[in-house]
Amino acid sequence: MSEKYIKPSRNIASRMLAGEMVVMLVKDSRVFSLNATASAIVNAADGSTPLREIVARRVVDEFEVDAEEAYQDALALVESLAQEGILLLADHPIEQESV
Amino acid sequence: MDTHADLKPPLTEVCGHLTSVVIGGLPIDIHSADPDFIAMLERRYAGFVATHAHGGIRLDVEVVAAVGDRDDEDLVVRYVDGRWKIERGDFRANWNPVSMRGSVRQGSYPYAIDSVMRIVHSLVLAERGGFLVHSASAVRNRRAFLFSGVSGAGKTTISRLAPPDVTLLTDEISYVCRTGDGYRAFGTPFAGDLDKAGMNISAPIAGLYLLAQGRHNHAELLPSAGAARRLLRNILFFADDSALVERLFRTACEFVLQVPVYELTFQPEAEVWNLIE
Repeated sequence: MSEKYIKPSRNIASRMLAGEMVVMLVKDSRVFSLNATASAIVNAADGSTPLREIVARRVVDEFEVDAEEAYQDALALVESLAQEGILLLADHPIEQESV
Repeated sequence: MDTHADLKPPLTEVCGHLTSVVIGGLPIDIHSADPDFIAMLERRYAGFVATHAHGGIRLDVEVVAAVGDRDDEDLVVRYVDGRWKIERGDFRANWNPVSMRGSVRQGSYPYAIDSVMRIVHSLVLAERGGFLVHSASAVRNRRAFLFSGVSGAGKTTISRLAPPDVTLLTDEISYVCRTGDGYRAFGTPFAGDLDKAGMNISAPIAGLYLLAQGRHNHAELLPSAGAARRLLRNILFFADDSALVERLFRTACEFVLQVPVYELTFQPEAEVWNLIE
């Protein structure tokens, strides 16, 4: 099973407000608000830490949930955020904007 | 960089006519060779008109027989070579944010210049940490309240229901300025279905209510993330400019951290105003 890596797109503006992240796609002004779990994952998305490690540190420990279930949920989440253009998602560490 | 074209006095300065429309403390001097056009603007913006030029923003309007049909979907607002190029089916305009001067070519009706003024104000406000928002607004006890929502949400309805101690700033588009210690709402002449300009006054904003019509009157304080997301839906911004959009996003987030935002479910009856004080 290959590792997954995530990094915020350069085309977003984001801000934490009362524990939730508000994200706007600058190109078309669509706005999203992420719940606490999603915000924790996106906040830790540095392009170099594997998603499984992010989930273990920021979700499993923090929210006391099953590790594999949390990972599968996180994978579905980041795939959806990648489709929206909020995150970059790759099978290798992400150095630059283009994957 | 400024161009010579911006500095050259236009013909209308010598033999034209002038009015100055002041909204949010920001004057826009409108010059035109057509006296009927200027007179029409002075009637439309009565209460917001000053009789002399202020030397701030200046728009030279060339009134022509017809330019084209109005279609909001075709609006283009783009920064090109130091100027905002603003075009829609029924007008062509440009505005230089450095010299503060611009020109408009349109037919002899108010809708085009009305749109150009809204767009110029939205550009200036975005730079200054403010915004225009689809919202009615009113002053009560020296504090301003905003009632925001898309068309049909109830902006005009709640404006009509306002008791006598309430002064309306607008039933359609609210003008929000950043001030030293918060945000201030200004009256605007931009009217909705009420078909009546707001009062030309301002007050510090004490609350923003996002409108939802229902079977009872109820105001619920919203968490700031959801409030920011919903506020951003209603902010007017026309420019295809990533940097300004990002700035507006930061402004909306700052706003919801300083101003309480509520969802106001209401019946179309005057008692709803008991919740607004």
